[in-house]
Amino acid sequence: MNVENWLALGGAAVLALLVVAELRRRAVTSAAGRRFFRHPTAAPGVFALAFFVTVAVAAPVVAPYPPYYQIARRENLRPSPQHVLGTDPYGRDVLSRLVYGARISLGIGALGMAVAVTVGAIVGGVAGYFRGWVDTALMRLVDVGLAMPRIFVLLMAVALTEHISLWVLVLLIGLTGWFGTSRLVRAEVLSLREREFAAAARAMGAGAGRVIFRHVLPNAAAPIIVSAALGIGSVMLLEAGLSFLGMGVPSPVPSWGNMIADGWIKMAVAPWAATFPGLAISLVVMALNAVGDALRDALDPRKEAV
Amino acid sequence: MAAWLVRRLAASIAIVLAVVTITFFVVHLAHGDPCGGGEQRPLPEEMCRRLRARFGYDQPVYVQYAKYLVALLHGDLGESLGLHRPVADALADAIPNTFTLALAALVIDFALGLALGIYQAVRERSVVDIALGNAALFVNSMPVFWLGLVVLLVFAQRLHWFPVGGLGDPVLCPSVASLPCQLDFLWHLALPALTLGLVGAAGTARYQRAAMLEVIGQDYVRTARAKGLPERRVLLVHALRNALLPFITLIGLTFPFLLTGAVLVETVFAWPGMGRLAVNAILQRDYPVVTGAALVASGMVVLGSLIADVLYGVADPRIRVRDA
Repeated sequence: MNVENWLALGGAAVLALLVVAELRRRAVTSAAGRRFFRHPTAAPGVFALAFFVTVAVAAPVVAPYPPYYQIARRENLRPSPQHVLGTDPYGRDVLSRLVYGARISLGIGALGMAVAVTVGAIVGGVAGYFRGWVDTALMRLVDVGLAMPRIFVLLMAVALTEHISLWVLVLLIGLTGWFGTSRLVRAEVLSLREREFAAAARAMGAGAGRVIFRHVLPNAAAPIIVSAALGIGSVMLLEAGLSFLGMGVPSPVPSWGNMIADGWIKMAVAPWAATFPGLAISLVVMALNAVGDALRDALDPRKEAV
Repeated sequence: MAAWLVRRLAASIAIVLAVVTITFFVVHLAHGDPCGGGEQRPLPEEMCRRLRARFGYDQPVYVQYAKYLVALLHGDLGESLGLHRPVADALADAIPNTFTLALAALVIDFALGLALGIYQAVRERSVVDIALGNAALFVNSMPVFWLGLVVLLVFAQRLHWFPVGGLGDPVLCPSVASLPCQLDFLWHLALPALTLGLVGAAGTARYQRAAMLEVIGQDYVRTARAKGLPERRVLLVHALRNALLPFITLIGLTFPFLLTGAVLVETVFAWPGMGRLAVNAILQRDYPVVTGAALVASGMVVLGSLIADVLYGVADPRIRVRDA
C-alpha cells in the first residue's frame, strides 16, 4: 500500500467529516433537521455512509491493486504493510476488493431499493386512491407476495435465469421488495386523499394521476423515505446472502457477499479474507439503520421510536 | 370471533394456494422437464422422452397442474427428481430439524431480547443502556451467515468447544435416542441456534426497549407509582403487560426472519433442514421439491401472521373482533 493510497483514505475520512459538518450547519435551520441530529447515532451514521460512498467513488485512487489482480504464491497472506487486510485464497488483495466491492454492494443496495420504493409507491398510491376493487386486487397480491420468503423467490428466479447480469439481479431484488412499502403508502394515501388539498386539486379538474403523483404522494414522502433508508440495509444483507449461496453477483465481481463466499473456503487458514467484508457490511447496515431511525424521529414526531 | 377465524383461515389457505400456483407455473414454464436444465452434456433424446413420461412431464402444463392439485388434496406432493423418494418424505425428514433449530433460536431471541429491552428501558440513557443499544444495533446489522462463520471459526475451529456442524456424531449416534446422544444433539444445536437467536435478540431488544419506554411515560404508570407500589411491581406487572402488546407484532415478523436465516445458517452449519433441502433442490432443479418447499415456507409465514392476529385479539380487548 503506497503513500497515495493512505492519503486517499485519509482524504475520504476528511471529506466525510466535512459532509457531516455541512449537513449539521444546514440542519439547525429546520425543526426536523435539529431533531435528526439530536439522535445520538445520526452523525456517526452519516459520517460512515459518506466515508463508504466516497471510498466507493474514489476506488481507483484508494485501492493499492486492481480488484481482479491475482498475485501468484501470495495466497492467504496475513495482514501486513504491503497487504493491509491480507490476501484471499486466490492471491488477491482484500483491501482492494473491499474498496471496489463498495461500489457493487452499495450500488445494489441503493438501486434495488430505488426500484422497490418506486413500485411500492405507485402500487400503494393507486390502491389507496382508487380504493374499491382495485385496492382489493392489489392488496391481495401484496398478501401473496409477503407470504413468499424473499430469499427463496430470488434463489428460484436466479436459478431459472442462466447467466444472470447485475442489472437483472438488481431488478429482481427490487421487484421482490416492494410489498411492505406499498402497504405503508396505501395506508397513508387512504387518509391523505380525504384532505382538503386533495379535494381542492380535484375541484380544479386535476386527473387522478396528477392528484396521486403531484399532490398526495409528495405528502406521504416521510414514511417512504424512512422505509427506503431502512430497506437499503436489508437489500445489502440479501445480496450478501444470495452471493454467499453462489446465486447472487456472478463470481469474480467483488461484491462483499462474494468476498465472504470466496474467503469462507479457507476460513481456517485465512480468516481475514471473509471477516473484513462481513465487518464492512455490518458497519454500513448499522449506519443505515442509525440514519433511518434518526430520520423517522425527525420526519414523524408523533412516533418517537419503534 | 369464530366467523372471523374461519374467514381468516380461508384467506390463509388461499394465499398458500396462490404461492404454490405461482411457483408451479414459474418452474414449469421456465424449463419444464427433468432434462431441460441446460446441462453441459445433454441426455440422449430417447432417455429424455422416457424420463418425461415417467414423471408426467409429457402432458400439457394445465393437466399437470390439475393432477398436482388433486394429489395435493391427498397429501401427495409428487416424487423428487433427484432424491428417489416422495417429496413429502424428504420434507418430513427436514422439517423437524428446522423446527428444532427455529424453536431453540426463538427461545434465545425472545428471552434475551425481552430481558435486555426491559433492562435498557429501565436504565434509560445510562452508560449501560447506550452501550447495549449500540451493541444491539451492530449485531442486528450483521449478515446472519457471516456471524455463523465467525462463531464457527472461534468456538469450533479454534477453541474446539463445539462441533463444526451436522446433527450429531455420525459414528457414535447415527439415530439412537439415548441420553448421551440427545446431549450430543443439543451440543450440535448450540452454535446454529445461538447464531440465529443472537441476531434476532438484538432486534427484539431494540423493539422492546422502545415499547417499554412508551408505556413507562403514561399516566397509569405514574398512578401506580403514586399509590406507593414497589418499583419492581410497577415495572413488571403494570408496565410490562402493555409493553408486551407490540411484541405480538414481532412474533408475526419473526417467522419470515427465521426462515430466511435458516436457509443461510443451515448451509453454514451443515444442518439438514428445510433451508438446505430447498437450496439444494433449487440448485439441482428438483422442481417438485422446490414447489413443496414453497408450500411449507409460505404456510409457515401465513401461520405466523395468523398467530399474531389471534394473540392480538386475546391480549388487547380494544381490537377484539366481534361477530356481527
